[in-house]
Amino acid sequence: MATMPASASDLLKSFKLKTKQQELLIRVSILCLVYILAFITRLFSVLRYESMIHEFDPYFNYRTTLYLTENGFYDFWNWFDYESWYPLGRIVGGTLYPGLMVTAVLIYRILRFLRFAVHIREVCVLTAPFFASNTTLVAYFFGKEIWDSGAGLVAAILIAICPGYISRSVAGSYDNEGVAIFALLFTFYVFVKAVNTGSLAWSLASAFGYFYMVSAWGGYVFIINLIPLYVLVLLITGRYSMRLYVAYNCMYILGMLLAMQIRFVGFQHVQSGEHMAVMGVFFLMQVFYFLDWVKHMLSDTKLFQAFLRITVTCAVAVGGIALGLGMVSGYISPWTGRFYSLLDPTYAKDHIPIIASVSEHQPTAWSSFMFDFHILLFLFPAGLYFCFKRLSDATIFIVMYGLTSMYFAGVMVRLILVATPAVCLISAIAVSATVKNLTVLLRSKNKVVQTGSTKGSGGSKSSSKALLDQSQPFQKNGAIALLFGAFYLLSRYATHCTWVTSEAYSSPSIVLAARGAHGNRVIFDDYREAYFWLRQNTPQDAKVMSWWDYGYQITAMGNRTVIVDNNTWNNTHIATVGRAMSSYEDEAIEIIRSLDVDYVLVVFGGVTGYSSDDINKFLWMVRIGGGVFPVIKEPDYLVNGEYRVDKGAAPKMLNCLMYKLCYYRFGEMLTEYGKPPGYDRARGVEIGNKDVKLEHLEEAFTTSNWIVRIYRVKPPNNRCPHNVETPVVTHLGDVFPNGSNIHGQSGTCNPQNLGVCLDLLGLVDVNLGNAPTKPCCSLIEGLVDLEGAVCLCTAVRANVLGIHINLSISLSLLLRNCERKVATEYICGP
Amino acid sequence: MGKLWLICIASISILLPFLCNAFSPETPTDRRVLVLLDDFAIMSSHSLYFNALKSRGFDLEFKLADDPKIALQRYGQYLYDALILFCPSVERFGGSIDVAAIVNFVDSGHDLIVAADVNASDLIREVGTECGVDFDEDPSAMVIDHIGYAVSGTEGDHTLIASDDFIKSDVILGGKKIEAPILFRGIGHAVSPANSLVLKVLSASPSAYSANPKSKLSTPPPLTGSAISLVSIVQARNNARLLITGSLSMFSNRFFRSGVQKAGSQTKHEKSGNEQFLTEISKWIFHERGHLKAVNVKHHRVGETDEPALYRINDELEYAVEIYEWSGTSWEPYVANDVQLQFYMMSPYVLKTLSSDKKGLYSTSFKVPDVYGVFQFKVEHQKLGYTSLSLSKQIPVRPYRHNEYERFIPAAYPYYGAAFSMMAGFFIFSFAHLYSK
Repeated sequence: MATMPASASDLLKSFKLKTKQQELLIRVSILCLVYILAFITRLFSVLRYESMIHEFDPYFNYRTTLYLTENGFYDFWNWFDYESWYPLGRIVGGTLYPGLMVTAVLIYRILRFLRFAVHIREVCVLTAPFFASNTTLVAYFFGKEIWDSGAGLVAAILIAICPGYISRSVAGSYDNEGVAIFALLFTFYVFVKAVNTGSLAWSLASAFGYFYMVSAWGGYVFIINLIPLYVLVLLITGRYSMRLYVAYNCMYILGMLLAMQIRFVGFQHVQSGEHMAVMGVFFLMQVFYFLDWVKHMLSDTKLFQAFLRITVTCAVAVGGIALGLGMVSGYISPWTGRFYSLLDPTYAKDHIPIIASVSEHQPTAWSSFMFDFHILLFLFPAGLYFCFKRLSDATIFIVMYGLTSMYFAGVMVRLILVATPAVCLISAIAVSATVKNLTVLLRSKNKVVQTGSTKGSGGSKSSSKALLDQSQPFQKNGAIALLFGAFYLLSRYATHCTWVTSEAYSSPSIVLAARGAHGNRVIFDDYREAYFWLRQNTPQDAKVMSWWDYGYQITAMGNRTVIVDNNTWNNTHIATVGRAMSSYEDEAIEIIRSLDVDYVLVVFGGVTGYSSDDINKFLWMVRIGGGVFPVIKEPDYLVNGEYRVDKGAAPKMLNCLMYKLCYYRFGEMLTEYGKPPGYDRARGVEIGNKDVKLEHLEEAFTTSNWIVRIYRVKPPNNRCPHNVETPVVTHLGDVFPNGSNIHGQSGTCNPQNLGVCLDLLGLVDVNLGNAPTKPCCSLIEGLVDLEGAVCLCTAVRANVLGIHINLSISLSLLLRNCERKVATEYICGP
Repeated sequence: MGKLWLICIASISILLPFLCNAFSPETPTDRRVLVLLDDFAIMSSHSLYFNALKSRGFDLEFKLADDPKIALQRYGQYLYDALILFCPSVERFGGSIDVAAIVNFVDSGHDLIVAADVNASDLIREVGTECGVDFDEDPSAMVIDHIGYAVSGTEGDHTLIASDDFIKSDVILGGKKIEAPILFRGIGHAVSPANSLVLKVLSASPSAYSANPKSKLSTPPPLTGSAISLVSIVQARNNARLLITGSLSMFSNRFFRSGVQKAGSQTKHEKSGNEQFLTEISKWIFHERGHLKAVNVKHHRVGETDEPALYRINDELEYAVEIYEWSGTSWEPYVANDVQLQFYMMSPYVLKTLSSDKKGLYSTSFKVPDVYGVFQFKVEHQKLGYTSLSLSKQIPVRPYRHNEYERFIPAAYPYYGAAFSMMAGFFIFSFAHLYSK
């Protein structure tokens, strides 16, 4: 090259500059496109439905954001919300991560300042997509930091459309994770940058990134445990350096001080077991620094070895003793159940039903990995291979991030989200390195002379060169084929991501959509219908009891006080509601009155076939209720370990409050053509108790598709006449679980006396409906419906052989003529 | 002509308040009473009782129970404040009245007097059941007492009994002691022990039982002893008051006037206690006595006058309520020393007896407990004979704001000292380290 003429080299130089400029231009435009793509691909839900908040938690976030915009930061910080967790109330300011709300309000204020007349709701709806776009930028820089700018670009594209991330960041999904993933990746990126450069400024930036993450999401615990783990690995592998020391110490000290400013975290950051690792590693760093200094001072290696041994032993011992003392004295709080359930996937199921009951806390199925990652699942190991081949501080970090987060993603479905950036970055390395190698191969064929001048990546290049030397003839075709294969896979990925986004992740879940018989779209807007009914038809201070899933929505949209909500901080309170739902009405009403409940709301999918309704969640209510109140026993609601709602269901199941509230008047309804009335479409069975009678509650409102049903709690009986027993309805001939003494001794069934009725029955003209005369009625008087019927049946069986009448009709007629309310046809068992 | 109009309008405007003063919280005493009879003969045979009511200002309207025109309400408004059922044998009411209508009448706060008798119809029994009492199921049964019967000229079957086992309550029976026993002839009823609202005002003696006096006793009678109630009252949860008795004749002029001597007792009373007893109890039933109202519930922080929307933990607060009692004509201060206030959140955190100034004002002050949540000020005053007072007012209690804690705590001075000495030390150390060469 040295022999090249000066003019030619000048030309080349200017040309090179030009390519560099071109490259920059291309890179910037790609990034811009990716930025826009990440935003618009998340807008399906807005286009399909409307600009609205999705799901459950976002409603709380939205409500708090509204409060923040209306009342300012200090009121928000000190907000005591007495509309939730009645009567305990909730200190909202001290029990949430304010990062999301503050971010949204900040954006809102800026837009307002720029004279954009937007509503805070629009800002909330679009916050998550906006931050997803920003995440792509961070992913680019992170990829650039750990590999090269090509990998960065690929990472940006991959993360922009990766379903694992989109699931939590579509427009309207106004949740902590929306901004937290940005904060997480940003913190990691800046920390890696700080480790690579050893710059105080970068580590300061990472401390602030960490602060933002702490303010936004409880998942910050992942950062504060991953980073010390990473540092520990570096220390063990002998990669300790001054850069690491500066980066880690500065980040830890400042990050801790900043994090403690968040009220929800506070002193936990120095006291709870989850944060101990970071502190331990901090002290270990000091020991390492000290040892380094001693090594520097001591020239004698032998002496240093001895010193090293003593110091390390002492340090570990002191650390262990301090930890033990802290644990014993209670100064260091033990790990929380959530943390345990992360480390041990079976822990929650055995100990904390309330965590296990949430669907997003379930262990991940393989299919959902495939669904959320698609080809990244295969590219991930390949990327790990590349990372190991070019090991550096940065690649070690991304490898550790990838491996730990993949483990957590396997434990809990929702943590796929945390793994997504790592998977995208590592896969991007695989894609970028492969494509680069292949293109280098292709180019090297064309410009054999120039291969030497391009300074590519060392390892991969030399290997490709070796490959080039061996199999010259097929190599070009092979490379082209592989390239096409890669592009095919990537295009499949893009298609898959778009499909998943549009089909699976863009439904707001508060408005349900289904396909009608003619392929038309049917919208079920029952939730909002019910909440607006609550808002407009109930007293301002009415208390609504529902299962905790709907708490946030009721307070945010219905503006009414709830007993429990999605912030599951008080297990006992939730268990009380679970107990009320799974008790008989008489017992439940006591609990309901003690909580001053005015309305009870249940979600029911039997008419529409909506499967995530309260009947399907019911076993969790039983479990959570039974966890605190042992009177509730799960086996009482099961038949041979099977959960059923049809005729064969457990008697307690058929008569518990939840069953009654869901199926009240459902027995009269025809839901599907060709099926009997009372056919539950969500479970595909005919319900077992069609004659539901409510004594202490009355139906107040049922939405148009019966998805939400609201009941009013009646005041105590004004005159309290005799305890009118609600008849427990079963079918005659069915075996009574506790014998026939369900009604105690109140009935005075004497089949012999009823002979009078039987005589009448034999003579009575069914068509004319002649009323049986009084003596018969007065005999049945003291009996409740069922007992009357049972008694009559016994009488029939006992002494009447010659009477051939249609008993089911006659019995009902007889009972009805005696002014007994009978809704079902009683049939005497054989 | 104009003058006539003026007079008309003036007279209407003067009369209107009087026309409209039905039962209202301000004047709880009933005004318009519908009396349903089996036949109009009762009007004269029970005239003493009716006249006593009329003289107290009640507007009695007598109707036959099967009169097809009777109705309790018109256009959704009740026409009467109280109902007296002196029609034990009616099988079916006329007009729009049925058991459900009577129940609704009571449930919307109106009063009811039911008198059954021997051979009471199923309808009247059903009304009794709705009110919480069970008449003896045997239609011809009567209360018989071979020891506590009233001595009369003929020996009889001891169904005319003289009872003096009253409920001990001055509010219900008036301050004046009823000296003479009550004459009673009719059926007995039982009160469900589970029902806390029904009270036995007049019980039978322990030797009484309920059976058919004409037939021989073959099985043990279902109702015996003092479990038999002769006269019961119910105060419903909405403060509607009900009187149920198994004897119509105890209201009659004959019983009012006749003398009474209880068997085994030497004292012969010139006049039975029926008049006094039934008059006093009708005062109670028609809310001339024992009706309380609470007004002007106030609470505020000590030293302030405005009612806050919510309190902070450890606030000192004052609570006051005025309670008045209706004397039949005006609201008099209610004097009691056992009105209690609860500061309640699932259980009472504070339970204080309110101190009274004898002029109706009850007040107290206390410190909000160190617990935040949604509390209630609860006054649950349920005293025998009085209408139940149940006031509850929801009030949230919030924790301290971030800037309401003490700014400088003496116990923390070592930490302040440590922080500042650390800063100073660091500064000096850096200075020394950098410039000590």
